[in-house]
Amino acid sequence: MSPTQWDFPVELCCRPMAFVTLTGLDVVYNAVHRAVWDAFCANRRADRVPISFKVLPGDHEYPKCRPKRTSYEWYIPKGILKTGWMNKHLNLVPALVVVFYELDWDEPQWKEKQSECATRVEIVRQSLQGRNTKVAVVLIQKKTPLPPGEDVTASERAAALCNACELSGKSLFVLPHTDHLVGYIIRLENAFYEHAQTYYYTEIRRVKSHKEFLNKTTHQLLFVRHQFKIAFFSELKQDTQNALKNYRTAYNLVHELRAHETNILEIKTMAGFINYKICRLCFQHNTPLDAIAQFRKHIDLCKKKIGSAELSFEHAAWMSKQFQAFGDLFDEAIKLGLTAIQTQNPGFYYQQAAYYAQERKQLAKTLCSHDFSSLKTGEHYQQCYLKNGSKNSLHASVTYPNPDPLETQTGVLDFYGQRSWRQGILSFDLSDPEKEKVGILAIQLKERSVVHSEIIITLLSNAVAQFKKYKCPRMKSHLMVQMGEEYYYAKDYTKALKLLDYVMCDYRSEGWWTLLTSILTTALKCSYLMAQLKDYITYSLELLGRASTLKDDQKSRIEKNLINVLMELYSVLVQNESPDPEPDCDVLAVKTAQKLWSDRVSLAGSNVFTIGVQDFVPFVQCKAKFHAPSFHVDVPVRFDIYLKADCPHPIRFSKLCVSFNNQEYNQFCVIEEATKASEVLENLTQGKMCLVPGKTRKFLFKFVAKTEDVGKKIEITSVDLVLGHETGRCVVLNWQGGGGDAASSQEALQASRSFKRRPKLPDNELHWDSIVIQASTMIISRVPNISVHLRHDPPALTNEMYCLVVTVESHEKTRIRDVKLTAGLKPGQDANLTQKTHVSLHGTELCDESYPALLTDIPVGDLHPGEQLEKMLYVRCGTVGSRMFLVYVSYLINTTIEDKEIVCKCHKDETVTIETVFPFDVAVKFVSTKFEHLERVYADIPFLLMTDLLSASPWALTIVSSELQLAPSMTPVDQLESQVDKVVLQTGESASECFCLRCPSVGNVEGGVATGHYIISWKRTSAVGSVPVISTAITLPHVIVENIPLHVNADLPSFGRVRESLPVKYHLQNKTNLVQDVEISVEPSDAFMFSGLKQIRLRILPGTEQEMLYNFYPLMAGYQQLPSLNVNLLRFPHFTNQLLRRFIPTSIFVKPQGRLVDDNSIAAA
Amino acid sequence: MAVCVAVIAKENYPLYIRSIPTENELKFHYMVHTSLDVVDEKISAMGKALVDQRELYLGLLYPTEDYKVYGYVTNSKVKFVMVVDSSNTALRDNEIRSMFRKLHNSYTDVMCNPFYNPGDHIQSRAFDSMVTSMMIQVC
Repeated sequence: MSPTQWDFPVELCCRPMAFVTLTGLDVVYNAVHRAVWDAFCANRRADRVPISFKVLPGDHEYPKCRPKRTSYEWYIPKGILKTGWMNKHLNLVPALVVVFYELDWDEPQWKEKQSECATRVEIVRQSLQGRNTKVAVVLIQKKTPLPPGEDVTASERAAALCNACELSGKSLFVLPHTDHLVGYIIRLENAFYEHAQTYYYTEIRRVKSHKEFLNKTTHQLLFVRHQFKIAFFSELKQDTQNALKNYRTAYNLVHELRAHETNILEIKTMAGFINYKICRLCFQHNTPLDAIAQFRKHIDLCKKKIGSAELSFEHAAWMSKQFQAFGDLFDEAIKLGLTAIQTQNPGFYYQQAAYYAQERKQLAKTLCSHDFSSLKTGEHYQQCYLKNGSKNSLHASVTYPNPDPLETQTGVLDFYGQRSWRQGILSFDLSDPEKEKVGILAIQLKERSVVHSEIIITLLSNAVAQFKKYKCPRMKSHLMVQMGEEYYYAKDYTKALKLLDYVMCDYRSEGWWTLLTSILTTALKCSYLMAQLKDYITYSLELLGRASTLKDDQKSRIEKNLINVLMELYSVLVQNESPDPEPDCDVLAVKTAQKLWSDRVSLAGSNVFTIGVQDFVPFVQCKAKFHAPSFHVDVPVRFDIYLKADCPHPIRFSKLCVSFNNQEYNQFCVIEEATKASEVLENLTQGKMCLVPGKTRKFLFKFVAKTEDVGKKIEITSVDLVLGHETGRCVVLNWQGGGGDAASSQEALQASRSFKRRPKLPDNELHWDSIVIQASTMIISRVPNISVHLRHDPPALTNEMYCLVVTVESHEKTRIRDVKLTAGLKPGQDANLTQKTHVSLHGTELCDESYPALLTDIPVGDLHPGEQLEKMLYVRCGTVGSRMFLVYVSYLINTTIEDKEIVCKCHKDETVTIETVFPFDVAVKFVSTKFEHLERVYADIPFLLMTDLLSASPWALTIVSSELQLAPSMTPVDQLESQVDKVVLQTGESASECFCLRCPSVGNVEGGVATGHYIISWKRTSAVGSVPVISTAITLPHVIVENIPLHVNADLPSFGRVRESLPVKYHLQNKTNLVQDVEISVEPSDAFMFSGLKQIRLRILPGTEQEMLYNFYPLMAGYQQLPSLNVNLLRFPHFTNQLLRRFIPTSIFVKPQGRLVDDNSIAAA
Repeated sequence: MAVCVAVIAKENYPLYIRSIPTENELKFHYMVHTSLDVVDEKISAMGKALVDQRELYLGLLYPTEDYKVYGYVTNSKVKFVMVVDSSNTALRDNEIRSMFRKLHNSYTDVMCNPFYNPGDHIQSRAFDSMVTSMMIQVC
């Protein structure tokens, strides 16, 4: 954009730097000079001194210095600050002029060169006459200079040169052209900088010195001017603290000036300049709060200084500029490291600038249009004005003043902020009111060519960028709305719509309906003016909806338009009905729009608009509700679609259709205007397809679910409502799922919280809020009509073939087909149970590991009504515990629903928990031949194995047989035949067996010696013959076998008789490999006399046996203690008599003396 | 006195909003809406700590050229926003504070009404007249 009247001049906004001119450099043709110049100006970094350099020819004419005024007595200033002044001191009047001259100290033609140099200096001095500008000379030398003091010629010649050029020694420099050019240059410019500072210092002193001549009445303007100059020179001197101080003083002085309509613009302009400088310096000094405070003060002071009412738009423009400039300064400071906060950031200033720009536009609109009342056709003017946009075209209708009062002789103003047609006139009275009028007219006409919207939009978008940074999403949205509206005014409807559409959802999601309505209204206008059908329809839909806060008359107008748009292509009667224009639209734009609308008719192309409603709030609400959360497959699925319109007038629709996740059902759920709509149960002939505002309409649909969908969920994926006609133009409102739009979830929440009692409605009408969406349902199988009974005798016994009788009886009215049985262990139980449970249909043979735990789909054929069938199942449970068994009967049956024959698959299942127990407990014990309990057995010595079988079954058991399978280490002493064959055991009864065994000597075996197995074959007594016998093997306990050195056994009769000889023979067997010395003694007993060796010591060879024969003579009858045999083994002291007692009897029954003879005598007697 | 008084629900939709009828109503709606940015920020800055003892009055939310916007948030995150004319220097922080307290009390009365469903727009005559009194009191 080219700078406008309101933009600050460049010289104000730049950072003032000391101005130094370099002369005598030929930067075009001389490579050395070029290098020197480059070193000065190329790549100046921030750490270099702030100087702006310029190369000028030696004879350059500097601005003339006006003669010094000796008295201010008669001087009346014409304005505050001349427009050229800042530029003059920045770019025209140098602080220092440097004369470059190539001269070495050992120059042979020294004299000539010296005088040439002096001449050059003189020329420069001439053109700077009257100014305090310093002059310096730099000698460019080829040779590296010697250290100071060593080169005598050099110091002599230097002194001579200074003298010739009238220079002080401090102003003569030497620049050796060597490798370290940049280093020399930096030192040089530091020296220049010092000179420049001195220059500006003297300038400040000079300006200050004027002060004493001034008086407050006539020289008020000069106070400001001088203060400004001091501050500006301080800035050039880089003394920003003093600059700030002086600007502040200047600022206060500006406001002390007498303000009048004629000079208010000048005052404001200068105040704006000074304020800008102050704020800029405050930011530079890192005191942003001072900057903000100054700016606030500035605005508060100037806000009311509007000036001429006819040019009040100028004030708005100026205000806008103030804010914008401050925003720019603020933003710049942030880029340099300042931190802004949410509530204090540049965005606010840009925003305010935009507001003033808007105000300017408003004012310009009212103030600058009065000229056209005289015109015949305003539109014509506007058109030609728009086309050309320059004042030249105005001749046609309105005369732009000629000569142009805004033109000045020089093309620029002399003083900032003055009127071009009365420059330098300080009088508050208008000398020439006619001229003033013309001038104002010219300004007003010029204002017309300003593209205000562009300014406003730029400012707004600046603000948007800032607020985005400082976490103000709502502020951002608001500004974007304003941008959109501005684009609308600027007739850029596409951009307007884009912005408005973008922010709409923010307002919608937060439920600010008033704001949304306002945005939508603008958007609707845009879409109308562009004849954007889809957008037009969408916005209309929402503006008619419940979220809109429009009045009913507005709504009914929009509705009428919408209907027109939708009916346009359909009805022949309605001819070219483009919608009525939206109110407050530009007349010209409406013309264009009407053309566009009529073009739409002829335009082929898509006229079906599908609009998803989940993102907005349309005027038709929809809720879908299945009657039940699940339906049996032999019952039609029913659901209702509820519709409610919120628009002011009844609206017709042409089609309502529902889509499901299984698309095959879609065809059954359509209502169309043309069809008879047999699917609709409530056949309301009148107004069936019409929605009455505020009334809830219910549409009942039903369809027959597919048998494949049994067990699946049927979901409504979308509901489509067609407004308009599919043959012509129509809009399809598409609800995802079971209805609901952007606002409905919140409404549902509120409704659910409400305690309010709803007023009673007539029958078959519903409260909209009370309808709860149910968008899915399950299809479940038909209810079976059969009975399944299980007959069995629990508990099951381990490993038996447990019989389960399944009885299936059909109660169906027709034949059922394909009856299948699935039976066995219910899945989902412990995995170990599956391993240990087997199911079979055949009870005659035992099932093994290969049988499954669950038999699936056993076909059992068909069943006629009332018929029943029985199936035997055999279950073998390998472990005890409870198990769940499942019996699942499925069958097919043909049924008819809604005149449709379907094959239903029904099933019924029964589960039963069966406990498994051991049939019997087996106890085993080892006893000696004397039936004494044995902890351990002795090698080669017979012992007894006793088994005890205790029935634990509640049912009688038949022990078919039992068998003892001995381990190899065991040998039977006699026949091992079963003693319990065919024994029937009732509950609690037991059967015992006894086997005599011997265990040969084995080594020392850890844990004992295996005995073998005891196998019991059994079955239930009640079981039929075909049921197999179950063998239960019981592992017999291990037994510890011990070796003994000597075995003694006794041969003696089973009883004795008093006074009859009782021969007893003891066998002593040496079981060791050693010769054993044995001491044997027999202790006498009172009940016996005996003969035989009473005490003996003998040897028994390994493996041999010694017999000891005794003859006992019982003396008393009864159970008598035998004379005890004591054996003492010398080699085995542990062998005790205790142990011995286990093998040999210790007592014997003695019968009384026989009476055989006496009997005879008795008989004789 | 106040030129606009608004009650905003926890979910940031307006429960009640009233501005002086002579002015552009929409402008105040936007002003209240944009002030929620600052309210949100202030609430999140307060954090979860000290929920019981925290100050409900949020102070000046942001100044515009012509108006000052003040905020107040209840423990249930219902926000009160009040817009005051910038030129009205008579209103000090303390007055604003007490006005908010009055508003809060009146809002509590509304909530205590068993026929009022929390979250619905406030349509209470008592509340209305209290707001009216706040809007004309000093002017």
